[in-house]
Amino acid sequence: MQLSPDAIVYWQSGFFKLNATIAYTWGLMAVLAVGSKLVTRNLSIELQRSRWQNLLEIIVSGILKQIEEVGMSQPQKYLDFLGTLFLFVAMASLFTIIPGYEPPTGSLSTTVALAICVFVAVPLFGIEESGLGKYLKAYLKPTVIMLPFNIISELSRTLALAVRLFGNMMSGTMIIAILLTITPYIFPIILSVLGLLTGMVQAYIFSILAAVYIAAATRARKPEPDENIET
Amino acid sequence: MLIDWFTVIAQVVNFLILVWLLKHFLYQPILNAIDAREERIAKELADADAKRAEAQQEHDEFERKNAEFDQQRAALMDKATDEAKGERQRLLDEARQAADTLSAKRQEALRNEVHHLNKSLIARTQQEVFAIARKALTDLAGASLEERMVAAFISRLAEMDEESKAALGESIKSASEAVLVRSAFELPEPQRTAIQEALNETFSLQIPLRFETAPEQIGGIELSANGQKVAWSIADYLVSLEKSVEALLKDKVEVSAQPEAKPKAKPKAKPKAKRD
Repeated sequence: MQLSPDAIVYWQSGFFKLNATIAYTWGLMAVLAVGSKLVTRNLSIELQRSRWQNLLEIIVSGILKQIEEVGMSQPQKYLDFLGTLFLFVAMASLFTIIPGYEPPTGSLSTTVALAICVFVAVPLFGIEESGLGKYLKAYLKPTVIMLPFNIISELSRTLALAVRLFGNMMSGTMIIAILLTITPYIFPIILSVLGLLTGMVQAYIFSILAAVYIAAATRARKPEPDENIET
Repeated sequence: MLIDWFTVIAQVVNFLILVWLLKHFLYQPILNAIDAREERIAKELADADAKRAEAQQEHDEFERKNAEFDQQRAALMDKATDEAKGERQRLLDEARQAADTLSAKRQEALRNEVHHLNKSLIARTQQEVFAIARKALTDLAGASLEERMVAAFISRLAEMDEESKAALGESIKSASEAVLVRSAFELPEPQRTAIQEALNETFSLQIPLRFETAPEQIGGIELSANGQKVAWSIADYLVSLEKSVEALLKDKVEVSAQPEAKPKAKPKAKPKAKRD
């Protein structure tokens, strides 16, 4: 039994390798991209529209609304990044209903990669919004003494993001695997349903936290928000 | 080791690719579609507002025209009613007038008829009376009516008062031509001689006489000379008869004409309502 789909390696050539994490990520990317392309190929601007278009419109406008509620004035600017984060994590969890599927988010490598993306994106958006100097000054608030703590906070929350998602996704598959060996009939199904819920919640938490970090960075004069949202 | 750094790098790249893919295949098309629809809906709503405003305007215009039309119709109706009333009154008046005229004409005609009847009756009566008298006189006295008339004329001549006699005598004397004696019938020679003699005797001179027959001089003899006149006529007796007959006829005519004098025909002049 593997703790991470990284361990399933299909092909390796020196540093390069093709493991289950990358393979399933490609699969997810293919499904998302092709699905979107198929639905958006002939969009209707009439009042009558297809169900799939309706679904995608609900999802996209829902994400936009959430970003707006976090407190960002231009949600469309951050939609690409935050929306993709949410959709990727959510789809990775949703596909666990397919037998034999290993969620790529169950790999610490993936969650670290996503956390690194957030870690890089936050200062980029912050600098773009308020300029380099003003962004850096935010680390000196409320006093200069707080500088090391701010830096530690920045790093630790990135680590927390990565580990939280990994832990939740990994535990979900792990528990189901363990339960299958003990009570193979009913409980795994229930826990699978529970796992789906957890996956959705994690997707929400991950993208909302990223949104909150970006919002904090773009409104540099305000203090960092508390990280109260834990599982 | 849980973290495989190649996988991390690969996943970062994968994620960035996914961001790009979804941006092009999902977010932009969907957002564009939503924007386009919202714009379209806003446009349609604006169009609908404009149309509603237009409809309201047309509705107002229609109502205004309708009210105007009603008013005009009412005015025309009133006018037509008034005209019809006037026409009715005029026709009634005309009919009444016509009836009155007719009634007056009828009364006039009746009066004329009565008059003519009266006249002819009088003439007939006179003739009858004359005939009866002649017959009666002939039968009873053995003398002809003409003789008695001439005798009556002569006695009237003799009975004239002095003044009238003198005036007549003057007239006869001053007359340039013969004295005219008119009678309803041809006087026989003995009577002519009797009149001649009576005149000669009365005025003591030879008077030239000219005899003439005048049928309108019913049963009478008239002498006229230079404006002076001596006459005897049966007409005098007939005047009273005429008067009583006339009164009798008048009563009868009035009684018979009374129901007819009323205008029979009531004018049926129904006013025609003019409609446009």
